[in-house]
Amino acid sequence: MRKTVIYSIQSPYRKPLEITGFRFGQGEKALCVVGAMRGNEVQQMYVCAQLVNRLKELEREGCIAEGHEIMIIPCVNYYSMNIGKRFWTMDNTDINRMFPGYDLGETTQRIADGLFKGIQGYKYGVQLASFYQQGDFLPHVKLMETGFTDHTDMTDFGLPYAFVREPRPYDTTTLNYNWQIWGTKAFSLYTNATDDFDERSARAAVDAILRFCVKKGLIRTKLPGGYVTEIIDEERLIQIHSSCAGICRSRVRTGDEIRSGDLLCEIIDPLEGDIISKIYSPVNGIVFFRYNRPLEFEKSVLYKIIKI
Amino acid sequence: MMTVIASAGLAVNERVEIRRNRITGSAKGAAEKKRVCIVTGTHGDELEGQYVCAETARILSENLDKLCGTVDIYPALNPLGMDSITRGIPLFDLDMNRIFPGTAEGTMAEALAADIIKDISGADICIDIHSSNIYLKEIPQIRINEISAEELVPYAKMLNCDFIWIHSSATVLESTLAYSLNVTGTKTLVVEMGVGMRITSEYCRQLTAGIFNLLKNLGMWTGETEEVREPIVSGERAVDFVNSGANGIFVPCVEHWVDIKKGEHIGDVIDPATGKRAEYVTAPCSGKIFTLREYPIVYGGSLIARILGGDDNA
Ligand SMILES: [Zn+2]
Repeated sequence: MRKTVIYSIQSPYRKPLEITGFRFGQGEKALCVVGAMRGNEVQQMYVCAQLVNRLKELEREGCIAEGHEIMIIPCVNYYSMNIGKRFWTMDNTDINRMFPGYDLGETTQRIADGLFKGIQGYKYGVQLASFYQQGDFLPHVKLMETGFTDHTDMTDFGLPYAFVREPRPYDTTTLNYNWQIWGTKAFSLYTNATDDFDERSARAAVDAILRFCVKKGLIRTKLPGGYVTEIIDEERLIQIHSSCAGICRSRVRTGDEIRSGDLLCEIIDPLEGDIISKIYSPVNGIVFFRYNRPLEFEKSVLYKIIKI
Repeated sequence: MMTVIASAGLAVNERVEIRRNRITGSAKGAAEKKRVCIVTGTHGDELEGQYVCAETARILSENLDKLCGTVDIYPALNPLGMDSITRGIPLFDLDMNRIFPGTAEGTMAEALAADIIKDISGADICIDIHSSNIYLKEIPQIRINEISAEELVPYAKMLNCDFIWIHSSATVLESTLAYSLNVTGTKTLVVEMGVGMRITSEYCRQLTAGIFNLLKNLGMWTGETEEVREPIVSGERAVDFVNSGANGIFVPCVEHWVDIKKGEHIGDVIDPATGKRAEYVTAPCSGKIFTLREYPIVYGGSLIARILGGDDNA
């Protein structure tokens, strides 16, 4: 393992921010994995740390294939993580909205530029991503459709679900999108946590990335068998919005198979305790996403269901 | 007349409400059907528009006989942000100016955005007032996407601003209120002026005078107006960015909106502990400083100034 600083930036009041990468193997740049870019992405960092740990072990056992390099960057924005902020400490901008970056631009544009220069040229790229929405969801891999990356590559992770997303205007400044534009086949991997870490789902993510490495001939190891991945067009996800605001009492969990007409949740009046609304599933399917905060407002996305 | 044009239920005993104050004049004339919208408060930390709305509403309601047509004032598109000094929408960590045109079937923010667009659409002119952020101070200026420049510049010139910046189109800006309205045929002008979390009363009065001049030009106002200034239009003139190359505190030594020569001293970045100068900041080109850093602490990359290059620049 070789530990290197990919990019560093000075702060007026803190030690320099040093974005650190861990490299395994030597040769063709085969795979780069990027973890936390936002300060709340603890799980994303944790998955990368576990990955570094497993790769160190595999390296000791001589199980990293010759002629390939794998790089892991567990945490980009630990400045924000260390002070409990989600976005950049100073100006609240999101590094993952600054790609491909600009070396003469604003601070987060410079960070994006420095990071991006250090992670270009890899054949495959994986970003441990997080959602804007608060909630539980099934682990999955996502591809931003640019025409560059084969959809079937996603099945090599062996996760149950893979999604293809049509890029929207604001997606064009994300790492995933720009990686592909500059010639790296890029995937976003989502596990079931962000602010906290979830051991089981982290292990599933580590196994998924290692499985991908095995399939691509980058490492040799034995792993639990994966799923036969179902590739789903994002349009097939049915969103269930709340009809009114209140306290949400959910009756289903992610992964549950439900029938059309099944009760999903009750909305309780927060002051008087009456049930003011019941929400039923309009379709047969699998609960893919579930909002997990007690308080919800009108039109919150409470569930996303994969229609079957 | 005050009307709630969009609302949604919050978790406990409250609804978020976006309000519009409609002021319709009693003067008769060709402009009776005309409508101008003044919109602000998309970003909860930008307050300059508050005083512009207040002044415009005050003058209009004291002179209804001189107003022909309707002026709609929307003082806070993001009321929860305004109420909590939050730039975005507090619950979502979301920039409200990235969700337009929205959709009625979407989430709360998207549904509110769609209602806002529906309400403003069809106005003769919409003025969307922003005030930079807490980091930068802006000279009163109108920002226009190059794709709608031809149509909008004549109106922008009526608004008594100092500068019209015609910028190239970027895909990320497609989700702004102004873009969404302009592409659907409602002419919308974006004003940037002053600095976040403050009211710069001279700028507010300057823009208010511009709004009355615009109303007069549209045939909607017969009251008094001031002579308006002729703005500089960016046009072919380049805009240069000055970013800090060091960390520390920035202390300017120039005034805002002054002529500056290439190589002239703009200010210093200094180390607060030692007093040593970390960077001697100079102008990369000759021209006028229209953006100047207000918030003193800088990182490498922090924007210090934007300069509108002069005609003499190659
Ligand atoms: Zn703004």
